[in-house]
Amino acid sequence: MSAPLKPSSMETLPRPSGLAGLAADWASDQRAFKNVSWGKAMMWIFLLSDTFIFGCFLIAYMSARMATTVPWPNPSEVFALEIGGVHVPLILIAIMTFVLISSSGTMAMAVNYGYRRDRRKTAALMLITALFGATFVGMQAFEWSKLIAEGVRPWGNPWGAAQFGSTFFMITGFHGTHVTIGVIFLLIIARKVWRGDFDTERRGFFTSRKGHYEIVEITGLYWHFVDLVWVFIFAFFYLW
Amino acid sequence: MAPVEAHAAQQQHHPIKLYLLVWGLLFVLSTFSYLVDYVGLQGYLRWSLILIFMVLKAGLIVAVFMHMAWERLALIYAILLPPLLVLVFVALMVSESSYVLLTRLLFFGATP
Repeated sequence: MSAPLKPSSMETLPRPSGLAGLAADWASDQRAFKNVSWGKAMMWIFLLSDTFIFGCFLIAYMSARMATTVPWPNPSEVFALEIGGVHVPLILIAIMTFVLISSSGTMAMAVNYGYRRDRRKTAALMLITALFGATFVGMQAFEWSKLIAEGVRPWGNPWGAAQFGSTFFMITGFHGTHVTIGVIFLLIIARKVWRGDFDTERRGFFTSRKGHYEIVEITGLYWHFVDLVWVFIFAFFYLW
Repeated sequence: MAPVEAHAAQQQHHPIKLYLLVWGLLFVLSTFSYLVDYVGLQGYLRWSLILIFMVLKAGLIVAVFMHMAWERLALIYAILLPPLLVLVFVALMVSESSYVLLTRLLFFGATP
């Protein structure tokens, strides 16, 4: 394993912990994120920027919903399904939530097995995660087609405030895109894990850098973020 | 101190049981938030329950699944403090939206 560059002070002086550590880490001539690699730090910073994007979407939705004089359609009824002749409110969204949470669970376990250098279990768990993700996107496609068939458009719908359609398509569409990109990302990394790239330190096709199992955790960070965003969408758009 | 990769590898060795426990908790919390709608609670009780379950779920995902609980404060604060500023934006837009609603009611005379 190639030893990364490190300042010599890291070896000689132990870093303080707690708030003193926070101040010391952010002080001048220090690298702020001590034990975090650049890959992980950059994924976190990307996720932070994505938080603002979804934050803006949800705030736009809040403003539209608060400012309209027309009643907002009741999501509980809009997303209800008839299962075996029984009318179940919001059931499709509940199932989608459980599917996404399960995918997060398998992803967390994949990261764990990655650090144990168990490539078969890691790849298998990542593939299961991707499968859950694809299921989620499929259910979302079903949900979209059902709503479009019922007459929901970005400029109007049969049940109330016109903004319902535009916010729904924008927020869930953007989230679904994230899930789709995540599935592709998972499949690419799972293939590398399966092939043993991180055991043999095979160089990457694009960057020519040696890969490490840490990329599984970085992929995991993105995947958990997608689940995290869904928690907020579920609460504010579907349940509120 | 150990180099970066070795440190990350030893730092994130948690038992699988922990992940299964959090997974189970997330399932239970999601069921609760679904039940809020299923039972048909309304008003402030509904909204506060939705927010409580949402924050608990988000906290579990970030702390355990994303390993934030085991990071140094330098990273935790750099990532978790900025999103709080979104709340300022929310406050601004709540005031703006109330104003828009007021003017719509005054000038278009629509009754909600």
